[in-house]
Amino acid sequence: MDGNAPNRAFAHRHLLGIEGLSADEIIYLLDLADTYFEFNRGPDRKLDMLRGRTVMNLFFEDSTRTRTSFEIAGKRLGGDVINMSVRNSSIKKGETVIDTAMTLNAMNPDVLIVRHPDSGAVELLSQKVTCSVINAGDGSHEHPTQALLDALTIRRRKGRLRGLLVAICGDVLHSRVGRSNIHLLNIMGARVRVVGPPTLLPPGIERMGVEVHHDMASGLADCDIVMMLRLQTERMHGIFVPSVREYFHFFGLDYAKLAAAKPDALIMHPGPVNRGAEIDTEVADDITRSVIPEQVEAGVAVRMACLEAITRNHSTELEGAAA
Amino acid sequence: MTAAKKLPLEFAAGHQAPTGPDSPPAKAGGPKAPAPTADARVASAARTAYIDARLLDPASGLDAPGALLTEGAEIADFGPGLFADGVPEGIETVDCGAHCLAPGLVDMRVQLREPGEEHKETIMTAGRAAAAGGVTTMICLPNTTPVIDDAALVEFVISRGRKAGGANVYPYAAITQGLEGKRMTEMGLLHAAGAVAFTDGTQAVADALVMRRAMSYASTFDLLIVQHPEEPSLAAGGHMNEGETSTRLGLVGIPAAAEVIMIERDIRLVELTGARYHVAHVSTAEGVEAVRRAKARGLPVTCDTAPHYFGLNETAVGEYRTFAKLSPPLRAETDRQAIVEGVKDGTIDAIASDHAPQDQESKRLPFAQAAPGIIGLETLLPLILELHHNGHLPLADLLRRVTSAPADLLGLEAGALRKGGPADLVLFDPDRPWKIDDKRFLSKSKNSPFDGRPVQGQALRTAVGGRTVFIRED
Repeated sequence: MDGNAPNRAFAHRHLLGIEGLSADEIIYLLDLADTYFEFNRGPDRKLDMLRGRTVMNLFFEDSTRTRTSFEIAGKRLGGDVINMSVRNSSIKKGETVIDTAMTLNAMNPDVLIVRHPDSGAVELLSQKVTCSVINAGDGSHEHPTQALLDALTIRRRKGRLRGLLVAICGDVLHSRVGRSNIHLLNIMGARVRVVGPPTLLPPGIERMGVEVHHDMASGLADCDIVMMLRLQTERMHGIFVPSVREYFHFFGLDYAKLAAAKPDALIMHPGPVNRGAEIDTEVADDITRSVIPEQVEAGVAVRMACLEAITRNHSTELEGAAA
Repeated sequence: MTAAKKLPLEFAAGHQAPTGPDSPPAKAGGPKAPAPTADARVASAARTAYIDARLLDPASGLDAPGALLTEGAEIADFGPGLFADGVPEGIETVDCGAHCLAPGLVDMRVQLREPGEEHKETIMTAGRAAAAGGVTTMICLPNTTPVIDDAALVEFVISRGRKAGGANVYPYAAITQGLEGKRMTEMGLLHAAGAVAFTDGTQAVADALVMRRAMSYASTFDLLIVQHPEEPSLAAGGHMNEGETSTRLGLVGIPAAAEVIMIERDIRLVELTGARYHVAHVSTAEGVEAVRRAKARGLPVTCDTAPHYFGLNETAVGEYRTFAKLSPPLRAETDRQAIVEGVKDGTIDAIASDHAPQDQESKRLPFAQAAPGIIGLETLLPLILELHHNGHLPLADLLRRVTSAPADLLGLEAGALRKGGPADLVLFDPDRPWKIDDKRFLSKSKNSPFDGRPVQGQALRTAVGGRTVFIRED
């Protein structure tokens, strides 16, 4: 892991989304993350690859696990990690993003990790800075590191991604996790289904390369992976679905519905889990089926891999070319 | 269509709902009384032979002299040759006197007023009125107090209907909680509890986004969304059809456009969502035309009308007759003629009574303050027969609009003569002349503008589930 070599395997200045990445680039990131996964289970978890580098967590939206995961990843690689939470409710969003970006850019960070409630805002910000930007979730658009950590979790358990049947269930409409996963799984040759009431599936989703199902029995049939998405409670009371009770009855993952999937199907959830809404507590906690804690563990490894892949391009000729 | 029906509640128990082509149509109205055991059936299943009947089955097109045998709650057999050698002993025999024996009427739009307004009507009194009118199945609107927007209320209405022992009762459930037009109801659970379709009753779902989401969500379970077709902001403050008559009377009018605007909007939402959509009581020429065009484009759009929209026009309001106050209002003569055409060419799939009981306190008021609605269970049959007697439609074609057509729309096992099907029957004389007399109504309310109208055709005998619930004495 020579920090100064140009990174031809991942020649990008930013990581803004999964869409546009190649299968080779994804495999490179997953292979790298795999080594960090083992490393993170070892006794000494500190490297100096990012020594002297500054990583800034810039979150325009509340987050605990993603921010912490990036923070740990940056620190384990030896970087200085700074957390900035920006409450943007009372400020005009477009101005804030650019103004904030310009201000922070003047402090010369190496990597900005950005989350923003508006789709496209992270890319907008990336155009205004000279450092690298990693998208930690923009609106309902993309959350690339989540898709990568999901892929790493699946690959570690199933040994492959190609040919697997993956059901992504629930609030696909509002989900950046869902979209990034659809891109990644399609690039990697998995078969993807989305399952949910039509009110939670965006129009034209089938054009993104998925099969659309409106009931769990057909949607989960013979699946290798059941990926549940979070449904925010404020969307449950008659607006997108009638009630928590009805949603759980028809679309919540319990053992009865899970029976349609393959016997060794894995259950995934990006967290935080709404127990009793999109997933039954027993199912979520079933250590033989649920890999939810493992996803969190994979998250740190994937973010270390992403930070390494991105910063390897710094101080090289590639920087200008890849921008 | 019926094959697509699901019984979603069974899902949780791990059962697959029957969806194959051979599976019986789901009884969307929920569970009826459990079938008696074989032993009990032998002991108690009463058998009744209807002989010398003109068998009329609109679903199959059967129109022939013959006989029919009921056993318990079911039709055991029927046909031209049945009992050619006489009826075996021990079977009760009904001589039909060559009158029409048809499936009982399925009235897809009835307000029962129970719970909440039992002084206007109850499930019991409406059931008696229905039986006298040859109606064996009533589908009731959710605009009761409380509103039928909860599974427990669906079960309450079904259970009250069963206890009342008159016509079968199946409820609609509300599209939005409390009929407030904002948040959708638990449509999946309500359907599983026995709600046959969804409507906000006498008011339209005004908000386009709410309607879009409701349609979209309903399509998950292939549920029927029924709309009261009136753009409320355009109709606001109106009391009758907008036109010369409203101007002369000095009443605020409701333009016919209020109907077509809502229908056209909803048809576009159907295109977005793929939901099954039904326009209730269409009343205008343009409304019918909008549905006609939607059907021609292959959209899952249907509609019904009520007898007053082809039997009356706005002049019935006369000198502020509140019994002729309706929602939507009685329209112009050209609209009335267009409704007749719509029934004739099949654009209008079904005819419902639109039974809306109102007591005197709600009607003996200045026109603007009076409540809208007329009762219709006891006049549905003779009023639709006017279309037959006036040469517009053959009898079987007409009957289909009040039997198998609404039953199919709602996924009910009703409205047809079928071996093993429910013995819901009406024996009627299509020609018998009589005069509508509000003093003889069995309904608790008497609000009918048809009082005194000479009509032809009357129910003579009605059976629900094989049990005779009405015999005309005169």
